[in-house]
Amino acid sequence: MARVVVDVVMKPEILDPQGQAILNALGRLGIEGVSSVRQGKHFELEVADDVEDADLTKIADTLLANPVIEDFTIRR
Amino acid sequence: MSRPAVDTVEVAATSPSQSQPFKELGLNAEEYQRIKDILDRRPTSSELAMYSVMWSEHCSYKSSKVHLRQFGDKVPAEAKDILLVGMGENAGVVDVGHGLAVTFKIESHNHPSYVEPYQGAATGVGGIVRDILTMGARPVAVQDALRFGPANAPDTARVLPGVVAGIGGYGNCLGLPNVGGEISFDPSYLGNPLVNALCVGVLPADGIKLAKADGPGSHVVLFGARTGGDGIGGASVLASASFEAKGEKKRPAVQVGDPFAEKVLIECCLEIFAADLVTGIQDLGAAGLSCATTELAAAGTGGMDVDLDLAPLRDETLTPEEILMSESQERMMAVVTPENLEKFLEVCAMWEVTATVIGTVTDTGRLVMRWHGETIVDVPPRTLAHEGPVYERPVRRPYDQDALNGEHGNGLPRPKSGEQLRATALKLISSANLADKSWVTDQYDRYVLGNTVLAQPEDSGMIRLTDRALDGSGEADLGVAVSVDGNGRYTRLDPYAGAQLALAEAYRNVATTGARPLAVTNCLNFGSPEDPAVMWQFAEAVRGLADGCQQLGVPVTGGNVSFYNQTGSTPILPTPVIGVLGVIDDVSRRTPMALRGDGAQLYLLGDTRDEFGGSEWANVVHGFLGGRPPKVDLTREKLLADVLINASRDGLIDAAHDLSDGGLFVAVAEGCLRGEVGVRLVVPEGLDPFVFLFSESAGRAIVAVPRTEEVRFTDMCTARGLPATRIGVLDILESAIEVQGQFRLPLSELRTAWAATLPDLFG
Amino acid sequence: MAVRVGVVTFPGSLDDRDALRAVRLAGAEPVPLWHGEKWLSDVQAVVLPGGFSYGDYLRCGAIARFSPAMDSIVDGARQGMPVLGICNGFQVLCEAHLLPGALIRNRSQKFICRDQAVRIENAGTAWTADYEDGQQLVIPLKNAEGCYVADERTLDELEGSGRVVARYLDGNPNGSLRDIAGICNAEGNVVGLMPHPEHATDPLVGPGTDGLPFFSSVLRALVGAA
Repeated sequence: MARVVVDVVMKPEILDPQGQAILNALGRLGIEGVSSVRQGKHFELEVADDVEDADLTKIADTLLANPVIEDFTIRR
Repeated sequence: MSRPAVDTVEVAATSPSQSQPFKELGLNAEEYQRIKDILDRRPTSSELAMYSVMWSEHCSYKSSKVHLRQFGDKVPAEAKDILLVGMGENAGVVDVGHGLAVTFKIESHNHPSYVEPYQGAATGVGGIVRDILTMGARPVAVQDALRFGPANAPDTARVLPGVVAGIGGYGNCLGLPNVGGEISFDPSYLGNPLVNALCVGVLPADGIKLAKADGPGSHVVLFGARTGGDGIGGASVLASASFEAKGEKKRPAVQVGDPFAEKVLIECCLEIFAADLVTGIQDLGAAGLSCATTELAAAGTGGMDVDLDLAPLRDETLTPEEILMSESQERMMAVVTPENLEKFLEVCAMWEVTATVIGTVTDTGRLVMRWHGETIVDVPPRTLAHEGPVYERPVRRPYDQDALNGEHGNGLPRPKSGEQLRATALKLISSANLADKSWVTDQYDRYVLGNTVLAQPEDSGMIRLTDRALDGSGEADLGVAVSVDGNGRYTRLDPYAGAQLALAEAYRNVATTGARPLAVTNCLNFGSPEDPAVMWQFAEAVRGLADGCQQLGVPVTGGNVSFYNQTGSTPILPTPVIGVLGVIDDVSRRTPMALRGDGAQLYLLGDTRDEFGGSEWANVVHGFLGGRPPKVDLTREKLLADVLINASRDGLIDAAHDLSDGGLFVAVAEGCLRGEVGVRLVVPEGLDPFVFLFSESAGRAIVAVPRTEEVRFTDMCTARGLPATRIGVLDILESAIEVQGQFRLPLSELRTAWAATLPDLFG
Repeated sequence: MAVRVGVVTFPGSLDDRDALRAVRLAGAEPVPLWHGEKWLSDVQAVVLPGGFSYGDYLRCGAIARFSPAMDSIVDGARQGMPVLGICNGFQVLCEAHLLPGALIRNRSQKFICRDQAVRIENAGTAWTADYEDGQQLVIPLKNAEGCYVADERTLDELEGSGRVVARYLDGNPNGSLRDIAGICNAEGNVVGLMPHPEHATDPLVGPGTDGLPFFSSVLRALVGAA
């Protein structure tokens, strides 16, 4: 068994109003130098050793992310 | 991982002098001693946790019970026929005919909404919906009464958007139309916002479910969400303590809601009710399992055995005390006979609702709970659920009450010229309390379930109950109408009258839309009951409400008390919020508020006096509160209601709108803006224009009467003794409100001023 | 024999009852379909209603698209069966790749409920045949995740081939690209629409009856084909 992490973020070309709202809020914290925020989702899966990469890609591609609007990365 | 040894009954019996943190849990020494007397030993820590939450102010109503008795004592005679379930159950139920009954109730979730606005408000909605569901009803609509600090205060910008998003987020996902409510702003609510949530449900008149555990051998089933660490000691303890003015704010675990879980729970329960699979049911709200088990066990045959380790958990590290105090949302407890259990569990499985048998009904008169085989609770349930402490708190008229009433504000400069009146009109209509609330209400789904006949900003929220188009039954569709109203400033000036004025307003609102008022619910928001001046306000308000309900012939069916709304030693304005429910035999005849009918005559019903105590004019223009609130005349309110209902039913009027905050001008402005029609107003003979436009005399409404019905309408008013004064004519070409001889205000200018306020403040 | 139009209920669907009512008002036989059952009980068209299926967990419609009923619906749609996805239903259709693009959070970040002016851009689909091209309607819009997005190429293709079915008028309520309120597939049998025509079928409880033709159109398409 091992932990697999899948991170999903909106594609850069999709307007992300939530990220924008967060960026605006950072200004109110008085912290400078942050020019962009994109919000996404972080999934942690407990996976048996015999689950193959192709399966993980399928999980990410079909369920965890919507490839029309999101990109994902998988880390074992 | 080693865990502390469980405090069992056996251990408690043999360690009488072990010190226990009863004070930290909110009990005083007398209450602790009384528990020891009841049990004949010291309580186990689980029992102590249970007593501490069940005997808290929020759950036991210990400071308010002696006053609330009046609602039961003063039930109007004419109401006894329609009242199927009165006070004391989860919600009251009234018979509305056609084999149907309606249940409704309003409840507060004030303190949690200050701490975490979104979740506080969301779980407030979730809680009241479950109260309605547990009566055996399908929830069909929600409303909410909200109060915040000054509209431009920084903390209001934190709290208001979160509360509104939470109410919308939870209610919209549940699929309940939000059909009304109110929002107002006042400095006294800064730090103590009020979130009062109301829900209405419908059920077959013979399908009422009660919270009792009957029949030894029946199963006790816990179903819905798993139990976690939400709100441990939250609502109960939090609502029984004020916030420190300067110190650390309380940061308990606020309950987190999952509206999807509640949606499937609703559908699951409704199927269970339709198949008659439960003999008793209770929702888990404040004090969670402690409350559900004790209340079920206390009613019915009087006993219950529970294996607490069977409760499905989200967090396996919870101790039994924590499980008993948890306020995890979206949970219910049912009593199911052995024959029905399998079917019950099947329905839950289909809806993917977790359901677990955790106990059995007995007739031992004891509630006994075991944990890993050892007895950790063995109590007489009635002592928790119904025999909590009852206090007769000291009551003392506030020292400043006479001075406040004496400062009648007659010296406040009044607008005299047409130009000044015009400026006052604009100032009022654009003030936060009176301005357009669409910024808020557009965040609520008003259409879901497809039966919303009227929704905000109409005078009542009206829901169609029967649907001839679907089942071909009857000649007309039955409907219910609900309105919630309150006025903290009137109540501060005179709590007895203020409560009656709130009742009158809600009653009037329901009648204005053509529905006959039937029943009352109330949410009583006050400061600390340990302050005799606050208790005086409370006692007077309850007395006023009980007397008023008796006079109007509408019973109080249930409600909620929220004490400790104060920061430091300054309480909020005493704010009883009253909900009135009415019924209309034919929803197609409802009276909307949009003034319409080119050439229709605008009539003012009722008497206008020079009454500005507690008015919006005094508040907005002069920041002043003093004098006495408008005169209460419940006989007049009844007459006005009768006329409005008859006029609606007989088709004599095109539109109607009641007068309240801001007086006539605001009512006319709202009606004209909604109907997109202008009006030429004439100040009645002998009446001062300022008084005519802005006085807040009660017992009044404006109606648009088509010329063809004018004689019939005025004859009816004359015959019944209701003053009806023609004050103007509607004109679709005249896109302005013109007050003859005084000023002309184009609708476009009016709309701009009225619609900009909330978006400018909240984005 | 009456035309049978199915309306699917997912856990969390909210406007299924209204869709069933609208189907009946339009003169067809409404058939409730449970998400968990694969077979479509011999219906000739399907409506995926509005609501919050699975609480909008993960993404709106992301879980509902995997239900057994959807397998049959996808097959049926590919064979020409008319399918209308309203609001959450539109989201499910996009997640199931029966329609291109996706629906994301409203630009304003807030839920919005309003009587929305809409123009029918294509009266040639199975669900819009009873309208005229360019006809303007008022139907309720109520959602928090109604912003339609797709890449430029897809948008151009939709516009170019007349696959934009409805467009917002009098202000874009949610930021949808090109003010798109509804689209269809290339064959015109699958339509996704954000606003709720089922709430505009009875003037007593809605802004009028402008929504009814969505439901009557499909009757004509099916009766004609029968």
